[in-house]
Amino acid sequence: MMNERMNSQALAATQNERADFVQVIDVVKNFGEHVALNSVSLTIKKNELFALLGSSGCGKSTLLRILAGFETATSGKILVDGEDLSRIPPYRRPVNMMFQSYALFPHMTVEDNVAFGLKQEGVPKNEIKERVADVLELVQMKKFARRKPHQLSGGQQQRVALARSLVKRPKLLLLDEPMSALDKKIRQKTQLELVNIIEKVDVTCIMVTHDQEEAMTMATRLAVMSDGEVIQVGTPNQVYEYPNCRFTAEFIGSTNLLDGVVVEDEPDHVFVECPGLDQRLHINHGITGPLGMEVSVSIRPERVRVTREKPEQKYNYAHGVVKDLAYMGSYTLYHVQLANGKIFLANLSSLVLASDDAPSYDDEVYVSWGASSQVVLTS
Amino acid sequence: MKKLRKMLARAVPSGRTGVIAFPFAFLFLFFFVPFILVIGISFSQQQMGIPPYTPLAELKEGVLNIALNLSHYQFLWNDDLYIATYLSSLKMALISTFLCLLIGYPIAYYIARAEPSTRNTLMMLVMLPFWTSFLIRVYAWVAILKNDGLLNNFLIWLGLIHEPLRLYHTNWGVYIGMVYSYLPFMIMPLYAHLVKMDLSLLEAAYDLGAKPWRAFFQVTLPLSKNGIIAGSLLVFIPAVGEYVIPELLGGSETLMIGRQMWSEFFENNDWPMASAVTCAMVILLLVPMALFQHYQTKEMEES
Amino acid sequence: MIKPNKTLSVTVLGAGYLFLYLPIVLLVIYSFNESKLVTLWSGFSTKWYAALLEDDELISAAWLSIRIALLTATASVVVGTVAGFVLARFGRFRLFTLFSAMINAPLVMPEVIIGISMLLLFVQMGQLLGWPQGRGLMTIWIGHTTLCVSYVAIIVQSRVRELDMSLEEAAMDLGATPGKIFFAITLPLISQALVSGWLLSFTLSLDDLVLTAFLSGPGSTTLPLVVFSRVRLGLNPEMNALATLFISSVTIGVVAVNWYMRAAERKLAREMRMAFAAEAA
Repeated sequence: MMNERMNSQALAATQNERADFVQVIDVVKNFGEHVALNSVSLTIKKNELFALLGSSGCGKSTLLRILAGFETATSGKILVDGEDLSRIPPYRRPVNMMFQSYALFPHMTVEDNVAFGLKQEGVPKNEIKERVADVLELVQMKKFARRKPHQLSGGQQQRVALARSLVKRPKLLLLDEPMSALDKKIRQKTQLELVNIIEKVDVTCIMVTHDQEEAMTMATRLAVMSDGEVIQVGTPNQVYEYPNCRFTAEFIGSTNLLDGVVVEDEPDHVFVECPGLDQRLHINHGITGPLGMEVSVSIRPERVRVTREKPEQKYNYAHGVVKDLAYMGSYTLYHVQLANGKIFLANLSSLVLASDDAPSYDDEVYVSWGASSQVVLTS
Repeated sequence: MKKLRKMLARAVPSGRTGVIAFPFAFLFLFFFVPFILVIGISFSQQQMGIPPYTPLAELKEGVLNIALNLSHYQFLWNDDLYIATYLSSLKMALISTFLCLLIGYPIAYYIARAEPSTRNTLMMLVMLPFWTSFLIRVYAWVAILKNDGLLNNFLIWLGLIHEPLRLYHTNWGVYIGMVYSYLPFMIMPLYAHLVKMDLSLLEAAYDLGAKPWRAFFQVTLPLSKNGIIAGSLLVFIPAVGEYVIPELLGGSETLMIGRQMWSEFFENNDWPMASAVTCAMVILLLVPMALFQHYQTKEMEES
Repeated sequence: MIKPNKTLSVTVLGAGYLFLYLPIVLLVIYSFNESKLVTLWSGFSTKWYAALLEDDELISAAWLSIRIALLTATASVVVGTVAGFVLARFGRFRLFTLFSAMINAPLVMPEVIIGISMLLLFVQMGQLLGWPQGRGLMTIWIGHTTLCVSYVAIIVQSRVRELDMSLEEAAMDLGATPGKIFFAITLPLISQALVSGWLLSFTLSLDDLVLTAFLSGPGSTTLPLVVFSRVRLGLNPEMNALATLFISSVTIGVVAVNWYMRAAERKLAREMRMAFAAEAA
């Protein structure tokens, strides 16, 4: 199944050579015995901000370093704008990177840091001056041009690092965990600023992050990675709302997974029977698969209602006891223990909780959700 | 054109190889090759002339004669004085190392536990003598240790002794000089290991009921093991071949191999014998040197 | 935090530093002694310093030593920096073990061994190649450099290992070739280590006796050789005066360098604090 998907992706990649700006084709990377990347293929369109999302050790950083040229792939090909990068040393690639630690040269001023790349290219002095001034203007760091990196705050350092990697007008910009060196407080604001700047200069961009919120906020599309493989590629919305497997569903956000078997399969709906649940699940979209197939059904906590009364719907509810309440500010997370012992998560907005009758510890409640709030996962 | 460039690339070593080759060739020629020569010349014979030894291989009437003269090694092996000198060098180096450890450990320990702001100054004060002349520091002890020297004068003035202590030109003098000269080499690695030790480990030991001395012997001491080994080797190996200290502070009964080799070379002008003595010294030091190399590489890779 | 016993700590450190510094202090005090007998105080005088100025043998030896030390320090920094960089950044190549052994061994190897082996090399080379003709400044210079390269290499490699590797990667990413990176990024960042390596090599060379004894020839008598030949005969107040000059210049140098480096660090810390305070405001 997995293999089939990979092959078809690889095939698509070769067919669309012109349409797709960055193509990662069947890239494998082994470190001795350890397989860091297991036949990864991706296509990234021009001017996209693409995120590689995964936990540490999933291979995302290795892929980024291969793109930058600091590692060489064991096999596979990488094309940027139709040009094969494999043989080009990192210092000749049309690719620039913003490092996780920013890697600003501590012995040079902001200006000199930004000018460094242009000097290597032998750009005339006047032009260097102009381009450095322009890009510092863009990131609003012009008045700090004469400072040394240690005289800047974290956010300012980040902007200088961005300017330095943009000034060469790379075909591909790489961002390695762009927010991880920043204080939590200023991250959100900075995320949007960064996206705005990148949009202004029309550059294709790949970022690596372990932070799903960051990926969702910043990226136009993202790839979820695990164990050296790409699990799912899509827009943040697609990946969140329609995960293609249990891993993605659980990795992105939190979810309730109910295991069951398909008992009725029609083009417009499916019934799934779950052990421990009194009634079937009614799902309003069809799936491809035989009757009796084992599946998981994912229901996001924010789609779940918690009520004291039995809901009127015939399907898609369960009975349980409130075991835990976690107050999260804008909403409260309910841990409801079902009859089969499983914990079911539900988010209740603080608006609902404001009423006197909000369920509390040890209350018997019903959890219920709509037919369209479920996704059937086959793998 | 492309082909030519490829061929060129193969013929000319890559930048990487060139960068390695530069220091490598320097050390190989001036440090490694000389050793091989010492081994070779230890098998030749003394002669009057320049150079003052016979060649190992000679082409005589179309016959290549290779003469390996083993007599120096036989002599070394059979002469009681040489055996005694080797053993005495080892003994003196060992005792000096032990004394350095005994004195250096508490100093390193308390420097490492001092306030971070004073630590640097304290370590600088330990290193400062190392930057000043070795020869001068040994010389400084002559005035102190002599029979009519400052120490004896002071002790007699105090009334503690009536006869001057004989320290100058004895093995005692050598021990004092060795400890004094090599102490910074012991303190440095000990300090480096003690200062990076996580103090919460000690707190955990106390928390679990260990008394301070137990915590020291069961936590601090084992964790500074590598520092002890590195420091001991840094003192022991050069001490075995020490020449200046026994020459200036030791007496005629102070037998040390470095001194012996010096007199073979400079006084008897017997280069082959001096080479044989050197080879024997190197063999003696092979194991400690290998140990040092092992710990040094480990240290490098950990940092 | 666990505090060590204050009394014990002061006692141990006090005794330790007394042991390290008392001989030096006495040496300095008695350099101002009027009497020729070094251990008997007879009055304050600077006549031994005046005597130094008229000691032509000593002055010409000192001049030679300084020249050799300057040459040695410079050559050692050049070779040692490359060696240290190779140790830190080139991974394990073929012959790595031999390479690192050749760098580590001179740190501990008794100098008599290095001395005799280098002498034999120069004698052989002189016979086979006709170079070097005899022994002198050149052979001493090479000998000292071989010794000092190790110290510089160790200092440089530990500094290079501390460097954030991504700085060099960033330079490469921005289009700098490996050679350019070394000169534009790595060298400036390890300049402090180069300075310490240079100073250490300078003093090691200036002070070296044993290696020099093997490698010097007639007419190339360095300062330590003169000093040694004199103190071998016993105490000599002129040597006390010389030692005092040497010790005070080294002390001033080391303290000044230390003070300068710490002032620079403090300035850095202050500026970083200010930058972050500006962000919080």
